[in-house]
Amino acid sequence: MNSLYYQKKLSRNVVDKFFTFLSLFCALIAILPLIFVVTYILIKGGAQINPDLFTLEPNPPGDDLDAGGINPALIGTLVITTIASIISIPVGVGGGIYLAEYSKGGPFSKFVRFGVNVLAGVPSIIAGVFIYALIVSTKILFGSMYSGLAGGMALSILMLPTVIKTTDEGLKLVPNELRYASLGIGASMYTTILKITLPTAFRSIATGVVLGIARAAGETAPLIFTALFSYYYITGFGDLFYEMGSLAVLIYNFALEPYDAQNKLAWAASFILVISILTVNILSRILAAFTEKTKRV
Amino acid sequence: MIKNTKKLQKKNILSLEDVSISYGTFEAVKNVFLNFKAGDITSLIGPSGCGKSTVLRALNRMNDLIPNCSLKGTVLFDGTNIYDKRVDPVEVRRRIGMVFQQPNPFPKSIYENIAFGARINGFTGDMDQLVESSLRKAAVWSECKDKLNDSGYSLSGGQQQRLCIARTIAIEPEIILMDEPCSALDPISTLKIEETMHELKKNYTIIIVTHNMQQALRVSDMTAFFNAIEYEDGDGGKVGYLAEFNSTKKIFNSPKEKTTQEYISGKFG
Repeated sequence: MNSLYYQKKLSRNVVDKFFTFLSLFCALIAILPLIFVVTYILIKGGAQINPDLFTLEPNPPGDDLDAGGINPALIGTLVITTIASIISIPVGVGGGIYLAEYSKGGPFSKFVRFGVNVLAGVPSIIAGVFIYALIVSTKILFGSMYSGLAGGMALSILMLPTVIKTTDEGLKLVPNELRYASLGIGASMYTTILKITLPTAFRSIATGVVLGIARAAGETAPLIFTALFSYYYITGFGDLFYEMGSLAVLIYNFALEPYDAQNKLAWAASFILVISILTVNILSRILAAFTEKTKRV
Repeated sequence: MIKNTKKLQKKNILSLEDVSISYGTFEAVKNVFLNFKAGDITSLIGPSGCGKSTVLRALNRMNDLIPNCSLKGTVLFDGTNIYDKRVDPVEVRRRIGMVFQQPNPFPKSIYENIAFGARINGFTGDMDQLVESSLRKAAVWSECKDKLNDSGYSLSGGQQQRLCIARTIAIEPEIILMDEPCSALDPISTLKIEETMHELKKNYTIIIVTHNMQQALRVSDMTAFFNAIEYEDGDGGKVGYLAEFNSTKKIFNSPKEKTTQEYISGKFG
């Protein structure tokens, strides 16, 4: 008769231990790149941070010149991401509402869901090339070619699947009893969705939107074809129709320059980009936790 | 004698005429003829799977929300077949309100839970007064009056269910449907809700599905007993039908059908 006490040397226990450590080891390796990338950028880029960075234009590359700042790129990223959000949030949330609330699982909604999944897997550079062909090369936007507007459109294509999917999933999590309750007292579908289901699902939808924004803000490839780059301050509304700088493209351009000053600027921009995307991600989690608390008083 | 004439005057507010309801190809309940009288509490009883909840949901077109659910026959309310193509289900539900099995308050304040339905139905009067009177009618005012701005979830299960009843009353429906409203509640809350129903009877017609026969006996004037029989082709599926419909007294004291007798005495079900 075997003893009931745990026996270290038993082969099943040895194998069990081994696999526990193996999976722990793999988990550590998986997290290492994140830690290294973030630390490296924080060290390399953090050293370059100074107030001028946020206010000055970058100087054109050249010998012994001071590199200047990244103000236009910073504002450009904000502007382009805002445009992308303005396009993709209404369309995405609307599409998600259709899928979750109105469609009855017919072939059309299956097709849309499939399409959204495919769109989510489309390489970002394709989105850029598509907008290039559609908007930039045709000069369809009042004769302008490369523009912040075109950049925003390219990014909106990347944000769209995330927003649709999270809206769809978020609405599906709302218990049907709540819908019945609202419909049972004579609310229309429209009132039910607007006043009951959407507010209940707000948390997950907001998280999805924020994650979509964070993803779009870091994209480079679609912007190279659409917004291109600019060294100059964004001064007014009209600048939307001209080339616009962005942090991601600034990093791409300046990291390849042979001059040290520009390379440093690229590091600084990387630092700011990583920090702001991390902040947005963390904010979305705080937002999620916060709204959850208020909801279940 | 006077009592008798009064009874005769009660008019049919809702009538089912040869109603059969199916989910896809599966027939849940068939050939139901049933008249609900205005001002009565009618209970629907029967074993699980006999289609009584299905019938109840058919009365205000909640079955529309279940994919594949289809209905044959007519449901006459106020002289109109509510399954007519021209009928707006939203309007039907405004006049025939529903209380569900699980308390399902909105994730809003107690006040808003009541005000929501009234507001979307175009109520323009004194909202504070409506909230108070609805909560009073549902016998939950004393528990709620000091925390109208708290979430509906802060109430206990029984209080939540009475809040849901108050929410339904606030839209001034003509009929209130209740789908096992006490199955998730303890006996004391159940008793309170039954008292509430007796109060409501003065102004509303109530139709209630219940598994609790004592409850049917306590609250209802009329009782409909549903049963399920196996299909004639014998593949094991069951279809529900209305076995007996009569005054509650008669159903419980001298049922005509043998199955009714067996069910109420607990021999099956």
